[in-house]
Amino acid sequence: MAEQEYAIRCDKITKVFGSVVANDQIDLDVRYGEILALLGENGSGKTTLMNMISGIYHPDGGTIYVDGRAASIQSPLDAQNLGVGMIHQHFKLVNIFSAMENIELGTPGKKLPPKVLRRKVEDLCEKYGLETDPDKPIHAMSVSEKQTVEILKVLYRGARILILDEPTAVLTPQETDKLFAILRQMRKAGCAVIIITHKLNEVLSISDRVTILRKGKSYGTVNTAEVNVSKLTELMVGRAVTLEIDRPKPEDPEDILKLVDLTVRRKDGSVALDDVSFSIRTGEILGVAGVAGSGQKELCETIAGLIQPAQGAILYKKENLAGKTPRELIEMGISMSFVPEDRLGMGLVAGMGMTDNMLLKTYTQGKGPFVDRAPARAMAESLVEKLDIVTAGVEAPVRMMSGGNVQKVLLGREIESNPDLLITAYPVRGLDINSSYLVYDLLNEQKKKGVAVVYIGEDLDVLLQLCDRILVLCHGKVTGVVDAAAVSKEQIGLMMTGESAQEVMEYGNG
Amino acid sequence: MISLAFILKFIVAAVGAGTPLLFGTVGEIMSEKVGHLNLGVEGMMSVGAVAGFAAGYATGNLACAMVFAFLAGMLSALIYAVLTVSFMANQNVIGLTLTIFGIGFANFVGVYMIGRTGTNNWQLPANLIEQMKNVDIPFLSDIPVLGKLLFSYDPFTYVGIAIALACGWYLFRTKAGLNAQAIGENPAAADAASIRVTKWKYINILLGGGICGIGGAYCSMVINGGVWISDCVGGLGWISVALVIFAAWKPQMAILGSFVFGALRILKYYMPAVIPIAFFNMLPFVITAIVLLAASIRGAKGSHIPENLGNNYFREER
Ligand SMILES: Nc1ncnc2c1ncn2[C@@H]1O[C@H](COP(=O)(O)OP(=O)(O)OP(=O)(O)O)[C@@H](O)[C@H]1O
Ligand SMILES: [Mg+2]
Repeated sequence: MAEQEYAIRCDKITKVFGSVVANDQIDLDVRYGEILALLGENGSGKTTLMNMISGIYHPDGGTIYVDGRAASIQSPLDAQNLGVGMIHQHFKLVNIFSAMENIELGTPGKKLPPKVLRRKVEDLCEKYGLETDPDKPIHAMSVSEKQTVEILKVLYRGARILILDEPTAVLTPQETDKLFAILRQMRKAGCAVIIITHKLNEVLSISDRVTILRKGKSYGTVNTAEVNVSKLTELMVGRAVTLEIDRPKPEDPEDILKLVDLTVRRKDGSVALDDVSFSIRTGEILGVAGVAGSGQKELCETIAGLIQPAQGAILYKKENLAGKTPRELIEMGISMSFVPEDRLGMGLVAGMGMTDNMLLKTYTQGKGPFVDRAPARAMAESLVEKLDIVTAGVEAPVRMMSGGNVQKVLLGREIESNPDLLITAYPVRGLDINSSYLVYDLLNEQKKKGVAVVYIGEDLDVLLQLCDRILVLCHGKVTGVVDAAAVSKEQIGLMMTGESAQEVMEYGNG
Repeated sequence: MISLAFILKFIVAAVGAGTPLLFGTVGEIMSEKVGHLNLGVEGMMSVGAVAGFAAGYATGNLACAMVFAFLAGMLSALIYAVLTVSFMANQNVIGLTLTIFGIGFANFVGVYMIGRTGTNNWQLPANLIEQMKNVDIPFLSDIPVLGKLLFSYDPFTYVGIAIALACGWYLFRTKAGLNAQAIGENPAAADAASIRVTKWKYINILLGGGICGIGGAYCSMVINGGVWISDCVGGLGWISVALVIFAAWKPQMAILGSFVFGALRILKYYMPAVIPIAFFNMLPFVITAIVLLAASIRGAKGSHIPENLGNNYFREER
């Protein structure tokens, strides 16, 4: 086949960070008019490879060919000049700038008058069926709004070779569909697309071919049409994995927290939770389903004592917790763990190593004026062992770790503190399939120990298989709390759009 | 009784006293906007002070003195830029070192020149001192009140205001300026958007150093009536660093801020003698402390501190 047809061809690319070989002689190619999925476990080197194509990293060995010619990509500017555009795994946006200022950032030519620029952005949105407020600053945006801006950024520049690093991790299924429609449109227009995602059904639905990485090495390429989910898993992990989630029977569940008529307002005054009442039980996993932004975040943060409810009570053994700070909760003897959605922002300190991040949670327990690091270190090391965390060492800053491994560190730390109540928001977001199952197992283990688990999730299949009861939110209202074993995906979907559990269940049975 | 003439005199004096602060503040804003906290303002001003003075001494031309002060300030900022941008050394350490170096260098040259003149005095020629007098524009300066208020300062003040306005326009109205701001906010985002991070860091830091240099020339040439005095910058560089916060990283606001602080500096000459002078000498520093406190209470939201201020950027680091 003529070289010409390859948009990108990587030949024996190697990249080493200190003692970590992130990429070891990787081969990869993608043609114009094709969508290539890049698949691999957390830390297998996907982001590293893509960053070399987009000029962020420089390879230590090997050659990248663009349009059949060996390209020396020294900077993102070189990459852009070659027609490469990339959506990064972690947002690369300027917080104080508006959406349209971010979109214009770094493009050649004179600064456009705001009116013209706004028009252009709006036209672009319309063309691709996206929605954004051009004047809204990034810091006021939700993660999916930010992702939309990232998408608009590359569309605005008109890249011929498009790289997307886990773009769907923070998108709702509807938004994902929209994105995929755009990608198909670009494929038709002759663009080359490389997409990274851990969701195997997405790989199957969008890609033409799949290249698999395993521990920094390329492990071959298959045609999407010839594989299925379990085959892909096997290729990626190296052995067959059972894709079933256990659901042990809850052992004498008991109400631990009772939320009564809880109303919470957002900072801008809008109602995030509207008169919500339900109970959380020990030894049980309570799933929370709902379209993104239906109040899940506020629910978690209110229970964890981070925000004050406008009204209502959270009862713990007849005591009202509403409005108490996290420290007060700890002093009352309630041990609660919260794994927030925003890991590096709220959960961990990016610049510190695993050991120090463990210490954050336990330093007050030590005696005397000095901090004892030995136990924290031991705990960090045991987590690395137990959860299979890929890292250069327990003292290496956590920001160096791949996204999935960061998540494992946080979850591991929270579980190690032996909570009575564990709240997890999207704990498998960004995790590879193997790690996801590891997390489900961990949660089940906690449940068996009698911990009350709240699981905020987005994948309905998982919610239905893992949870005992599912609470459905719609615009801050509870549309129902149902038994997960007795409800279908469609019924949950209807409740998410606002129909009450009663209506839905009757409809289902009738 | 406080007369109008008295107030006018006070304002004019305050603006004069604020002028060196204006240069220092605007210069530091230029550097901080690309994320580089340069604590070497005092040093860069000192180098500018001696270079401007020497050029004025040699040529007798004010414009020439300013240009040399600018170049010298730029050169000293180059040291800082090479070490912090290219070699990623700690910004605070390099800045402090630059301050110590700059002051020492200026004093050294000053002492050497005093020795060479043979008169125990290093003094600017009379015709240059004439050029530095407050301007007197026919008609305009004669308008009652307004003429005095707007058209009666020395050339440095007008240059300073012009530079501040130009920097404000550059930072907030041009693409290059927005790119520079993006670097100070999130260099990785700027880099990924194919902005030349290193190049623009150098440009901003060097321009900032040059602007500080002119402020230094004001200190050596105007404040002491054309006679060289050691340590002539005397802490104004440090106040400038704090004023950046007062000005909320906006050059236009720096104009206001520096004149307010100028007023504080000269208040002692305009107050009844019952209050001890030491109190007034202390005042700018106390106000500085209060401003810093207020800024930190106002918190991260209200202030406009560049998000990545103080951190060096290395592309392969994540
Ligand atoms: N800048 C860096 N400095 C040091 N180590 C790095 C750096 N970037 C990546 N690594 C290491 O290289 C390995 C591969 O990381 P990479 O981010 O490419 O994984 P990934 O396949 O994208 O994983 P994930 O699915 O979790 O995003 C990891 O072990 C990571 O710790
Ligand atoms: Mg990655």
